Amino acid sequence: MSSNEKPGWKSLPIGAVVTEGGTSLKYKTGDWRAFKPVVDKGKCVNCLLCWIYCPDSSIMRQEKWVEVNYDYCKGCGICAHECPTKAITMVEEQK
Amino acid sequence: MTIIGLTGDEAVAYAVKQSKVDIVAAYPITPQTIIVERFSKYVADGEVQTGYVCVESEHSALSASIGASLTGARVFTATSSQGLALMHEMLYIASGLRCPIVMAVANRALSAPINIHGDHSDMMGSRDSGWVQIYAENAQEAYDWTLQAFKLSEDKDIQLPVSVNLDGFIITHCMEGVDVLEDPVVHQFLQTRKPSFTVDPEKPITIGALCFTDYYYEFKRQQVEAMQNVHRVLNRVCKEYKNVAGRTYSVLEPFGMEDAQAAVICLGSTAGTAREVARKLRAQGKKVGVVKLWLYRPFPNEEVSAALKHVKAVAVFDKAISFGARYGALCSDVISALHTVEESPKTFNVIFGLGGRDIQPSDVELVFNEALETAKTGVVKQETMFLGVRE
Repeated sequence: MSSNEKPGWKSLPIGAVVTEGGTSLKYKTGDWRAFKPVVDKGKCVNCLLCWIYCPDSSIMRQEKWVEVNYDYCKGCGICAHECPTKAITMVEEQK
Repeated sequence: MTIIGLTGDEAVAYAVKQSKVDIVAAYPITPQTIIVERFSKYVADGEVQTGYVCVESEHSALSASIGASLTGARVFTATSSQGLALMHEMLYIASGLRCPIVMAVANRALSAPINIHGDHSDMMGSRDSGWVQIYAENAQEAYDWTLQAFKLSEDKDIQLPVSVNLDGFIITHCMEGVDVLEDPVVHQFLQTRKPSFTVDPEKPITIGALCFTDYYYEFKRQQVEAMQNVHRVLNRVCKEYKNVAGRTYSVLEPFGMEDAQAAVICLGSTAGTAREVARKLRAQGKKVGVVKLWLYRPFPNEEVSAALKHVKAVAVFDKAISFGARYGALCSDVISALHTVEESPKTFNVIFGLGGRDIQPSDVELVFNEALETAKTGVVKQETMFLGVRE
């Protein structure tokens, strides 16, 4: 996200007050990521350990395998570390 | 007109009593203690409806004040010296969260060596914390500025914490006749605080959200704007106060500056001594003047420049040292305000009064004579004069 898309100081609420609830959904932390987890669907056994361990609730359950929500995944790599079948690899982001 | 005998501390407590403050959270420290002691008596006697929060430290006092301010309450606290130092972390949070809070600071030297007497080391060490800083000359001014400070602090274009500074012991403990307003007049002047947001479970908000590289800077820029707004809003508040109290305030008070060749500029109680000496010297035909600064942060650059640019020499009194800097804090600010003036006055710094060392009229006279000599020769003999120190 480029800084041009964000509001300037004149239009932001003073004192950094967030004026409504549930706004963490609007803060897409995916752009913090240096490495992205990539799921090999052939190796995934859908055990959901990654789903349990993900600190950002960025693992999305599907019928036969998991997918990653890249809007919020910060690339911490815990999922890849915990995966018992080595189905998740961390791939460097191309910027 | 009602004149009652009050010390500076008592005058502040009296003003707070009249201001319908919702919450006071404070911790005692000499020479501020009497402010909160008197106020706690008003609470115990049922003279005010204020919630009085007894806390275990100044860090907690300001933390509680911040929390109370964020709910939309009118908040007062007071401290001094080590207590202000202990608040340091919370000072930035109060200004960063844009909390209207009025805090009286009974200026006192910082340890070590330990000392309880008056100088400006405490507040000068907090000068970049985003607080508005006002300095009173006497108990009357401490009373008047406390009332005006609430109005300034709570203004929608400001919403910043304001410190009202009064020199430890010299002002805090000296009794004077103080002209106080009637309660309804104060209520009419201050009205009820109108917060820009409140804590309401029906409309949840987040206060103190994390702001990283992408937002933090914008909120600091907002604080700069609020500080700049102080100049405009303060003038309006002072005008309104003059209408009800008959006393005129602004960012600074000049004396004898219309024809002065040499001037001193200072904060707080020193101005009274300086003015008295200037009066005597002017009677002898010496063209000297005094500029007393009421507002130190935001620094009134234009007004200071306008007041001083016509003189030939300026002595800047600093009641604190900025170790390792070329000048004391006030002197640096004065020189900064003057540096765009062509043929700006020759300026030198006078460090004085540290740890409460008394400044005598003869000391000020010595400085005036030095300034007159500088005005005549155009040469600053000594960049920084350590007035009254034993060699």
